[in-house]
Amino acid sequence: MSELNPIRKITLDNGLTVVLREMHHAPVASFWIWYRVGSRNEHAGITGISHWVEHMLFKGTPTYPQGEFDKAVAREGGMFNGMTWIDFTTYFETLPSDRIDLALRVESDRMANAIFDPAETDLERTVIISERQGNENDPNFLLGEALQAAAFQAHSYHHSVIGWQCDLETMTRDQLYAHYRTFYAPNNAVVAVAGDFEGDALLARINALFGAIPAGPARPPFTAQEPLQRGERRVTVEGPGTTAYLEIAFRAPRATDPDYHAMVVLDSILGGAKGMSLWGGGTANRSSRLYKALVETELAADADCSMSSTIDPYLFSFSATVREGRSIQEVEAAMLAEIERVMAEPVSEAELAKAIKQTRAQFAYSSESVTDQGYWLGFSEVVADVGWFESFLDKLAAVTVADVQQVARARLQPKLRTVGWYVPAADGADDEDDQVTR
Amino acid sequence: MVTTDRHETINKTQPEGTFTMSPCHPVTVSPCCRVTLSPSHRVTVSPHTALPGPHDILRRTLPNGITVLARENWSAPSVVLEGYLLVGNLDEPEHLTGLTSYTSSMLSRGTRRRSFAEISETIEAVGASIGFGADRHTTSFSTKSLAEDIDLVLDVLADELRAPAFPLDHVEKVRGLRMTAIAERENDTRQMASLAFRELMFGAHPLGRNMLGTRQTNAAIQRDALVEFYETFYRPQGMVIAVVGALPAEAAVAKVAAAFGDWTGDRPVRPALPPVPALDGVRERRVAMPDKSQSDIILGWPAMPRLHPDFDKARLANTVLGVFGMMGRLGTNVRERQGMAYYAYSQLATNKQIGMWLAIAGVNPANVDLAIAAMLQEAQRLADERVPEDELADCKRYLTGSLPLQMETNDGVASVMVDIEWHDLGLDYVERYVEIINSLTADDVQQAAQKYLATGKYAAVVAGP
Repeated sequence: MSELNPIRKITLDNGLTVVLREMHHAPVASFWIWYRVGSRNEHAGITGISHWVEHMLFKGTPTYPQGEFDKAVAREGGMFNGMTWIDFTTYFETLPSDRIDLALRVESDRMANAIFDPAETDLERTVIISERQGNENDPNFLLGEALQAAAFQAHSYHHSVIGWQCDLETMTRDQLYAHYRTFYAPNNAVVAVAGDFEGDALLARINALFGAIPAGPARPPFTAQEPLQRGERRVTVEGPGTTAYLEIAFRAPRATDPDYHAMVVLDSILGGAKGMSLWGGGTANRSSRLYKALVETELAADADCSMSSTIDPYLFSFSATVREGRSIQEVEAAMLAEIERVMAEPVSEAELAKAIKQTRAQFAYSSESVTDQGYWLGFSEVVADVGWFESFLDKLAAVTVADVQQVARARLQPKLRTVGWYVPAADGADDEDDQVTR
Repeated sequence: MVTTDRHETINKTQPEGTFTMSPCHPVTVSPCCRVTLSPSHRVTVSPHTALPGPHDILRRTLPNGITVLARENWSAPSVVLEGYLLVGNLDEPEHLTGLTSYTSSMLSRGTRRRSFAEISETIEAVGASIGFGADRHTTSFSTKSLAEDIDLVLDVLADELRAPAFPLDHVEKVRGLRMTAIAERENDTRQMASLAFRELMFGAHPLGRNMLGTRQTNAAIQRDALVEFYETFYRPQGMVIAVVGALPAEAAVAKVAAAFGDWTGDRPVRPALPPVPALDGVRERRVAMPDKSQSDIILGWPAMPRLHPDFDKARLANTVLGVFGMMGRLGTNVRERQGMAYYAYSQLATNKQIGMWLAIAGVNPANVDLAIAAMLQEAQRLADERVPEDELADCKRYLTGSLPLQMETNDGVASVMVDIEWHDLGLDYVERYVEIINSLTADDVQQAAQKYLATGKYAAVVAGP
């Protein structure tokens, strides 16, 4: 059995952080670049700007005009994408390992040279509004967005990554370009590469291509802190359909908080361990507490919880789809009863051991894919540091039953929760042909 | 081909083409990002010795008719098992549409040796997963586990496939989940477009059936029907199991033989399907879904079976039309040039019978007609004009060059091995594939477009406000 090679971390003179892990099991490599900018770094009027900037980086540079980059990666048999989240914006290319230099060339180019052509900016406005409207078709998006806005008042985690429609309609090309110039610089970025390469040679190429880009100004200081919540908040969203959805959110610890790993264990015990692959997976949760309490009892069609690893405290949220014929009140009562139980009584040693084994398995699965590894290396460095990733399983194994109860009692109190209901407005559609017209 | 059944929302279509980041542990990332599409083909290749072939795939047929494929991968301490049984929704009576997926959902609901709770606890306690998926011709299964737990996983899988108990209380529990899935489908523009499209394209033909079924059929399915369907069709004859991961290939075959080797019996022969009525004009349908923000469009044509000589030409033509780079020519036209959609792409879906060649987009309701016009315009252009040589070369390189990525994980390799076996392509298919793609010409692409993408004969569905 091959062990994973060690992680190397280097900082270039211009401040660019580079994280490398060689993996030689398959002739592929995955190159990731991460910028420390996301919807967290936005304010009213420009919500969604980080995501829009991400789209604009696919709109061309003088070296790779619009569409040329996509084609260049595709013709080498590669895959690529970009993603924006609350804490970061990231781009990756996974390629056959002898072609990985292409990723270095395009990413170093568009770190500094993206054009932001005004006409292309306007065309992208409607694409992003279309993306938002596609999201709005999903009741869970509408509910999640409203819940997030209710849960955060002072902190910019208040708004969704895609941004409010009014801002998408009014933001200007110059605002977008200024955002790009402020945050896209080597001293605000992390390069992470995993796969079949020779470390010293790759580092030399990274130095040659990225080392020449001058450091940008220091990032604007980030000062927002969410004040203590002083009572339950409730939010209702009405919309089409016949299915109701419940979401209950509490404040989660940040990734570097001493409570963090105990919360991960709590999350697994309540809702099952989550997959680490970008492409899905994860342990089924049918032996989890929430499944037993809500789905087995025929109250909900599914029940789950989730926690993101974030720079600032974000959300630990519980969700359920109300089963046909049941009420959202019944589902909420059962969900809250499970939350109270985990505060009142210690979890069992067997549940603790299971959570740790499940996570160990997910780590093993994620090591099959260089894309997943590249993702985790860069992600860890952005929300904490790569040491956080390397020590993850050890820290998880050190969590005790008492730790789990302590974090549950501290963080799942009723006054700290925000409860969201999606209430379907439609009449019952007993005959599905009712909705089909010719 | 294989879908896991984690939330039991069977046949809840995964939105094609959105890059949905899964709930990662311990991170969740929003789906707000660019789109990269997986090409509709399943297998592409480059001549690399690391790719699977006769030199490293062990293939054995057990005396009871089960084919076992095994390939070692020692890079991670995990094992994936994937395969299928010859039972699909083409076997179900029309008034019980959904019976196949209902039956496969019941496999994990209790066996003669284990209760539902015991199955879930046993598998999840070791971080493993077992999933089942119903398809038209087959019912598929897949497992993922640490190598150290493979005996346990195989034991549970064999138990589920060979000795399900169909407990009555779980028949009702699953029925409730399916009814909720149907309610959610009624409020989902993509699923409603997909459902209506299949009906429009195939009408009452068995290929027009939906996998989940309707409220009426799901209400009609009782335990007796599930048991009878299982007893009649779940048989080892024709079953395929691929094992990929940190396990010696001979040991993998021996373990599968121990778990399934003494299972016997044949299923009844499936009657030949009636011919599919030809599409002789334009068929359109609008599914009204008020209060939605976006409309989903599916426009499509009948396609050839997978083993038809036109398939590879069409696969390349489809890559040009709506796959290469940022969703091919459809992406360039509808998204990049007109700014109308976040996703606009094409897909060639083929199997044993007539397939479907689809153009798909999600647009603002005001842009529906413009988007349909753009789809037809690109189809017509592909038929009227020869693809320029550089574009052709790019698409061919993409089809042959992307194989190492698809074959990187155990899941990827297992899927390809199962697909090769299902279509009887031969263990050397991966090696032959490069030659097949490289031999295609601009004339081939044009001929495929002319033959299959007629702009006067298509079906189109719009679901939205």
